[in-house]
Amino acid sequence: MFRNQYDTDITTWSPQGRLHQVEYAMEAVKQGSAVVGVRSDTHVVLATLKRSTSELASTQKKLFSIDDHLGIAIAGLTADARVLGRHMRTECMNYKYIYETAMPVGRLALNVADKCQVSTQRASKRPFGVGLLIAGYDELGPHLYQSCPSGNYYEFYSMAIGARSQSAKTYLERHFEEFASLELQDLILQAIRALRETVSSSKDAELTSKNCAIAYVGKGDTFTIVEDEEIQPYLDTLENSDGKQEEEEEETEDAAEQTEDKPTDAPMED
Amino acid sequence: MMDFGTPVLEPGSANGTKQVPQFNPYQDNGGTVASIAGDDYVIVAADTRFTLGYSIPTRKISRVLKINDKVMLGTAGMQADTCALHKVISTRMRMYEHDNNKRMTFNAVSQMLSTVLYYKRFFPYYTFNIVAGLDDKGEGWVCGYDAIGSFEQRKIVCNGAGTKLMQPVFDNQVDWAQSWDGAGKPNLSLEQATDLMKDAFTSAAEREITVGDTLQIYKITKDGIQLEEFELKKD
Repeated sequence: MFRNQYDTDITTWSPQGRLHQVEYAMEAVKQGSAVVGVRSDTHVVLATLKRSTSELASTQKKLFSIDDHLGIAIAGLTADARVLGRHMRTECMNYKYIYETAMPVGRLALNVADKCQVSTQRASKRPFGVGLLIAGYDELGPHLYQSCPSGNYYEFYSMAIGARSQSAKTYLERHFEEFASLELQDLILQAIRALRETVSSSKDAELTSKNCAIAYVGKGDTFTIVEDEEIQPYLDTLENSDGKQEEEEEETEDAAEQTEDKPTDAPMED
Repeated sequence: MMDFGTPVLEPGSANGTKQVPQFNPYQDNGGTVASIAGDDYVIVAADTRFTLGYSIPTRKISRVLKINDKVMLGTAGMQADTCALHKVISTRMRMYEHDNNKRMTFNAVSQMLSTVLYYKRFFPYYTFNIVAGLDDKGEGWVCGYDAIGSFEQRKIVCNGAGTKLMQPVFDNQVDWAQSWDGAGKPNLSLEQATDLMKDAFTSAAEREITVGDTLQIYKITKDGIQLEEFELKKD
């Protein structure tokens, strides 16, 4: 991104009609490690890649439960995410206190978006530097929302944000139509597969139980986070099914070779 | 129903001739809650009759709130204040779980209820509470409260309209407060405690008009919470 004379102040428009400070805030989201969200007809799954600052440190927490029916995955400034998370928890509690029912997910997403927008229109504030994937289940079914520092929010079938999320998005674009009818366990595997696309191949990194955490919520399931030892079975299943996939690919290759050996009607070239 | 009571002399009226209605914010909706705790269980029992004067608006009111798998709150007194108090406690429990990432322990709940009640020292919740649960070691305990939060941790507590009839029975049969034949204190099993509770409530229902209809007995053990419903007299 280029520096120019219209990007110092949040309250200054550029001649092209852009608020550069807001766009710079969205860059902060892209710096965070990847999070992926996928949705079926009954559940939503969030998969996150946890980064650690050094060998000595533990990995950064990316998943937060907001209420029994709702949780978030974050990318960007964790401190800003904490503040937003606390706000969301309070909103859900107040809603439940008044209406004796769980807060509809879209209502909360709108509320968060409005809160983010406020700090894009005050000289005394800076925009929130965090993007959220909000996963929840309410009366209308499962929902996945993305919230931005700009104050925009969108509902998705599947989405990925954070570093190298484009690779995950490509995977999701190819496969998301299969997700609707999937069982929870298969949906979790799909989420982890999408997340794996974002793992940097140059550093020889891979998904392990230390750096991968998922969460799910849906029909009959309150928001549950799965990490550390509990996530190992999913990673193992993924490895095994990949092994099978490789075998299948080899078989189809062998079959293709065999058909090539059959004599054809075309004359042999001299 | 809003209670404006019998007319009283208007405050500040000269010669004291004018009579005006006065708003009474409190109501007694009857009911009794009781709890017996053992070495590895607690039972919490409450009747389901809601009275207003000599009438019964409903026979099926629940006086017990499940706080978590190990702790329950039973409340007798005014039902509106009971509902409000239960909502406040539920919300505070949620806040605790978010802030501390763990479930509230029995001791934490009992202390919190005391502070919540005392916040309204000068306009109290008209509620008579018991908090029953398993402590960290899995032993059963109960706390009994007055309307403004004074509490004591014991093994058996009654609260509400039937207390005067039931507490003496428990003091004798469970606590063995005075034993004259030198026999040791009996260690009641869950089943024995439940039977005793049923006997105590049926006795109270005979003479106390606000006790009756159905008895809800919640049994808290390390395996979770079970509900047993037992019919009391409807008259």
